Amino acid sequence: MIGTGKIKQYANVLDKPLGKGKQEVSLSAFAFLFSELVQYNQTQVDNISELETRLEDAGYAVGARVLELLCHRGKGNRRETRLLGILSFVHSTVWKVLFGKVADSLEKGTEHEDEYMISEKELLVNRFISIPKDMGTFHCGAFVAGIVKGVLENAGFPAVVTAHFVPVEGQQRPRTTILIKFAEEVLQREARLG
Amino acid sequence: MTSTACFIIVSRNDIPIYEAEVGSAAKREDAAQLHQFVLHAALDIVQDLAWTTSAMFLKAIDRFNDLVVSVYVTAGHTRFMLLHDSRNEDGIKSFFQEVHELYIKILLNPLYLPGSRITSSHFDTKVRALARKYL
Repeated sequence: MIGTGKIKQYANVLDKPLGKGKQEVSLSAFAFLFSELVQYNQTQVDNISELETRLEDAGYAVGARVLELLCHRGKGNRRETRLLGILSFVHSTVWKVLFGKVADSLEKGTEHEDEYMISEKELLVNRFISIPKDMGTFHCGAFVAGIVKGVLENAGFPAVVTAHFVPVEGQQRPRTTILIKFAEEVLQREARLG
Repeated sequence: MTSTACFIIVSRNDIPIYEAEVGSAAKREDAAQLHQFVLHAALDIVQDLAWTTSAMFLKAIDRFNDLVVSVYVTAGHTRFMLLHDSRNEDGIKSFFQEVHELYIKILLNPLYLPGSRITSSHFDTKVRALARKYL
């Protein structure tokens, strides 16, 4: 368990080394905390879309920080300037640090040029969550969508990111798809960079 | 140690979030405004250059008389800009890298709102110490 054992005390966060990030937290601790986040926000809103927005905002703050930290830690101070680079960064590096595994798949949308999808059979935040019928299309993955949005937007790739359930044949639980729709300027820049 | 240097951090929304005049030169009265002006003018160049390379340290990108502007762009497009009159590229690079680490520590603080002013006096002290060490 984390928190046991002697931890060196620092007067200020700036004195503390950044750390390698090898620690893991217990899933139940995370699940309780996340459940509390959802429950609290539920008391603050009038409708489902507002709740999703709030979760997304919470995730956004995580994404913004994770981008900066992981680029410093893992990539030897390189930035991502290309679309596919940043997507695979999200799909592998970010996912691995946050959820302990690489995302199940990263695909390009078939209908639109500007759409990409990250799919996950069982999203970590959804592990202990089932959506009541009266909440319609609500998806707690809005939090994860917010993280993805935070990473992309801060890296200079503004996008609209949403989480959806996609039913899979022969399986009880639906798959989660994080849909990323990039802003026009991103694709224009991408075309310019060649 | 350089005689003049001005260091600012500009957020991704183009708002200056930290400023420090470092260096030992006798201060001209209008120096601070002049420095701000020169750094401001360099921002456009940074915006174009930032997409042509994946390196964070963009080296010297602009000059004004004997003053040179060196820039470092972080992953989240926060820009560290240093106005200086020395030619010590390695020192500047190390300075930027260490400040980057400090900036990440500030950013990771949940009570710090990304893109807002950095008011921590610890941060200020440390940046000035780094400037003395490397510049």
